[in-house]
Amino acid sequence: MVIDAKNKQFNELNRDIWLSNTEGKIVNCLGQRFIAAGLKDKSIEIEGTPGNALGAYLNGASIFVNGNAQDAVGDTMNEGTIVIHGNVGDAAGYAMRGGEIYVAGNAGYRVGIHMKEYKEKKPVIVIGGRVGSFLGEYLAGGRIVVLGTNRDDKPLVGSFPCAGMHGGKIFLYGDISAIIFPSHVHTKVATTTDWKEIEPYVTRFCEFFGFDKNRFIPDNFTVVTPDGANPYKQLYVAN
Amino acid sequence: MNPLDYVVPHFEVIRNFDRCTNCRACERQCANDAHFFDPKTQTMQCDDSKCVNCQRCVCTCPTHALKIVENDASFRRNANWSGEAITEIYKQASSGGVLLSSMGNPTSNPVYWDRLLINASQVTNPSIDPLREPMETRVFLGKKPSETVRNPDGTLNTDLPPQLELETPVMFSAMSYGSISYNAHESLARASRELGVFYNTGEGGLHEDFYKYGANTIVQVASGRFGVHEDYLNVGAAIEIKMGQGAKPGIGGHLPGAKIVGDVSRTRMIPEGSDAISPAPHHDVYSIEDLRQLVFSLKEATRYQKPIIVKVAAVHNIAAIASGVARSGADIIALDGYRGGTGAAPTRIRDNVGIPIELALAAVDKRLRDEGIRNNVSIVVGGSIRNSADVVKAIALGADACYIGTAALLALGCRLCRTCSSGKCNWGIATQRPELVKRLNPDIGCKRLVNLLTAWRREIMELMGGMGINSIEALRGNRLMLRGVNLNEKELEILGVLHAGE
Repeated sequence: MVIDAKNKQFNELNRDIWLSNTEGKIVNCLGQRFIAAGLKDKSIEIEGTPGNALGAYLNGASIFVNGNAQDAVGDTMNEGTIVIHGNVGDAAGYAMRGGEIYVAGNAGYRVGIHMKEYKEKKPVIVIGGRVGSFLGEYLAGGRIVVLGTNRDDKPLVGSFPCAGMHGGKIFLYGDISAIIFPSHVHTKVATTTDWKEIEPYVTRFCEFFGFDKNRFIPDNFTVVTPDGANPYKQLYVAN
Repeated sequence: MNPLDYVVPHFEVIRNFDRCTNCRACERQCANDAHFFDPKTQTMQCDDSKCVNCQRCVCTCPTHALKIVENDASFRRNANWSGEAITEIYKQASSGGVLLSSMGNPTSNPVYWDRLLINASQVTNPSIDPLREPMETRVFLGKKPSETVRNPDGTLNTDLPPQLELETPVMFSAMSYGSISYNAHESLARASRELGVFYNTGEGGLHEDFYKYGANTIVQVASGRFGVHEDYLNVGAAIEIKMGQGAKPGIGGHLPGAKIVGDVSRTRMIPEGSDAISPAPHHDVYSIEDLRQLVFSLKEATRYQKPIIVKVAAVHNIAAIASGVARSGADIIALDGYRGGTGAAPTRIRDNVGIPIELALAAVDKRLRDEGIRNNVSIVVGGSIRNSADVVKAIALGADACYIGTAALLALGCRLCRTCSSGKCNWGIATQRPELVKRLNPDIGCKRLVNLLTAWRREIMELMGGMGINSIEALRGNRLMLRGVNLNEKELEILGVLHAGE
């Protein structure tokens, strides 16, 4: 089923999506927000540029965007897949608890902020290009992978990554010598076990966007983890 | 112990040895281990330094042999340096820690409710006896239409945005599972259903056992988004976005990993032992436009079936903030005053940040009326509503309904000892220890909450009847029903009430 988003408000467009079959395609998308919010069991392809909060609270649906996406992609997402054949704006995967987000190009500020994991739910964000500042702030769980396939001499990660990080793992590909990490996180070269953890997601990334998986050498990944189990403590005294 | 670290105990446990039978009930009841049996003297003794004055032993002693008094051992009297101020310095010098307190601001700043007096009818208009005449305490919370719309055939279009229907204009405010116990939540949930009102999950998610009370549940979405998922959003009657809390405006929350165990971990949907950090801001809300986005993302995810509440702490520019919130698409604004309760907040923030709810409410109601957007939203106020007269005064100042937290906990047995953050609540309320939680029987807890609000409802009806008002709707924003005492001209101006005698 093809939905023409031209001149449609976000609520009209979303209503069409609720009423659509399990597989739908949106054409002429131009900034409509909240597309597929809370959607459980559909697969949606989007031509154009969806607006903010694409797939917010997503609960199992799949979204494929042939273009860029804006801010807050997959906000508080619980399950499902979002694939963006372009760049995304800020706060992708905010407070995401499950599911996968794949971005071919670059991502803005605050990627994966306060992402968390729970039992079998381990959210994953794979960014093909660079990411902006404040990567993985308050990270509590899940995996963020930044591949830097288009670094064009710019840094892989912007300023102030990992502030308040207290769980999860971040995988960065290539040279990270220019990145300044806070004192409460730890960096090391990925081991085989680490690589095994992200290999399926890197493989899917390559399938989605037509990369050769062999270009990613496991040893070139750096793993960032928080120091200790509860590093983000402030000492209180009972009063 | 270094004498520098010694703090004189705040309380003294006084035992009447003529009555004490050495039954050791006090010892068993005290999770703080204050009481112990001394085999040498064959008597019960007490370590006063461990006593928090929760009164559990006093209430359970079969011979009433115990009383707890404030320790009269004092520093040299000083009107500037109170004993508390001195002791706080000692605590910080010894630990380097941020002072952490529980429950609402206990300082002696003015309580404006106590300076407002309610009107009654005499001679010129009749008062109404609620025992013989119908009296409407039901309220609907949500966006109200600003004009009458007719269908093409001339009939009235009665489609309304989603509303919360309350039998009494009082709801239980947000207290998370984790900060309070399973049995406390069950008591609140069941009482809400029985009373036709709502309780609020707080930011800790909703326990699977309580999904059945969804029609009387407000589910909260806070900056940490703990336990927020599609089913959670859809099961509640309304969704509350927590932007701030009266007890700690401007800062986030931190439930230490040690408290994230078992069911609490399941409900928050984070691993056991992991810290639950709620950052101070929502990192996707830096403006009213951003708030609008969060509001509509929740409306889209729940198909426009639920009213969205935005809860903000009462702070200096609250009227302007509320005006923005009323334009954000939110259906209800919850205002939380600076005396609002908390499981734990830094003392300095709790006691010094924010403004009184009475002034905030009056300012917000006036601003929204002036701007012609009062019907865009309902207003719910909390942050120390202590009794039915406070409720009536709040409604007369412009509120649609009130939130009560501390009053509800008191009904469940809380003695306001203000040590919730220790997790050792002897009344089974602010604790996760199974042996303490079971002390709060949810059957009794529910009954006591129902009793409390039933009594308040009767009192509200009597107060309304006295004023000659038979419907809450006619009381809302009816500031002529209030007069001030002990208030200066500026305070009267902000409250929008006349002085007594005028």
